[in-house]
Amino acid sequence: MLTFKVKKRASFLTLILILTVFAVFLILKSLSDNILYFKSPTDIKTSEDLIFNKKIRVGGMVKKNSLKINSDEIKFVITDFKNELNVSYSGTVPNLFTEEKGVVAEGKLQDKKFFVADRILAKHDENYMPPELKGIKKKDAK
Amino acid sequence: MIKFFNNSNIFFWIEKFTNFINSIFFVLLIVAISFALIFSPPDYLQGDSVRIMYVHVPAAWIGLASFTLIAFLSILNFIFKIKNLFLISKSIAPIGLMFTCLAIVTGALWGQPTWGTFWAWDARITSMLILGIFYLLFIFVNKYVLDQHRANKISSLIAILGAVNIPIIKYSVEWWNTLHQPASIKIAGASTIHSSMIVPLLLMFFVLILYCALIFLMKYKTEIIRIKKKNLKRL
Repeated sequence: MLTFKVKKRASFLTLILILTVFAVFLILKSLSDNILYFKSPTDIKTSEDLIFNKKIRVGGMVKKNSLKINSDEIKFVITDFKNELNVSYSGTVPNLFTEEKGVVAEGKLQDKKFFVADRILAKHDENYMPPELKGIKKKDAK
Repeated sequence: MIKFFNNSNIFFWIEKFTNFINSIFFVLLIVAISFALIFSPPDYLQGDSVRIMYVHVPAAWIGLASFTLIAFLSILNFIFKIKNLFLISKSIAPIGLMFTCLAIVTGALWGQPTWGTFWAWDARITSMLILGIFYLLFIFVNKYVLDQHRANKISSLIAILGAVNIPIIKYSVEWWNTLHQPASIKIAGASTIHSSMIVPLLLMFFVLILYCALIFLMKYKTEIIRIKKKNLKRL
């Protein structure tokens, strides 16, 4: 079964696989900033070279009681429970956009605390349940 | 072993399996679809668009699983040169491609009402697209490289290299910030899908697996007929 040719092919394959995994790892590591779909408020607070004139994405939770909807503007606070960022936006929002739910905002930073979005995406979490159960959970929480 | 892989013997078993699956497939399909579309509750947040999940998640699982299987068979095939394994992986590839595309399309249809966009270049979705490209490469090499031995060798290598992408897809939602939500059903630990939604999900998964088996048997049969036409007694 294990002739010389078989052994040769097996070692060739192992070598190729190890090299590929290593190469992919290096590529992903060097691209890691671009692979992140959005930055968290903490990332923005701690980063040294902030980009103000280019579009970026910021994501996190919509802070409780921070959502204010006027006739021409929606204001809310994105939080990752450590740091916060004020966001202003005018336009339509997806159905799932509410307080205490995940959100990704696309737009430009004005300064470290203020972000003007021109697109809002809602982020869904991994929980799925029927509506009756949600009521029960809320009552338990109270 | 050699006797089992005799052509007429394989034919006999393929016929038997196909008939068996055909006899239960449509009943199970109707049961699973009625569970997914009628009897399962809507989601507390998404409402009825949660029902897309019952196709999306099994399709993605099957897309990943068949590529893993192809890669595994390709490793054995590359080292031991067993022709039968090559025929099997060749028959699985179109099924995997179809379900990967299905996962991407249903994901887009779900993303529009919930996220607010059809497409996002986040890690999960992009790596899934790359999986689809690897499937395409695998199929095209088998179709357009005329020399059988070369096609076998090149496509095996493509499958083995593409296998590096599989763990990236699986863990993309944990390693990086993505728009796509993390896995709800974990290998270890409690799942975050309510049990009234897990039952239709697993039913749909089972039915789609049966469908895959059906298509696979048909494809495999054609491949064997092709071999038979060349007047080879066994594989």
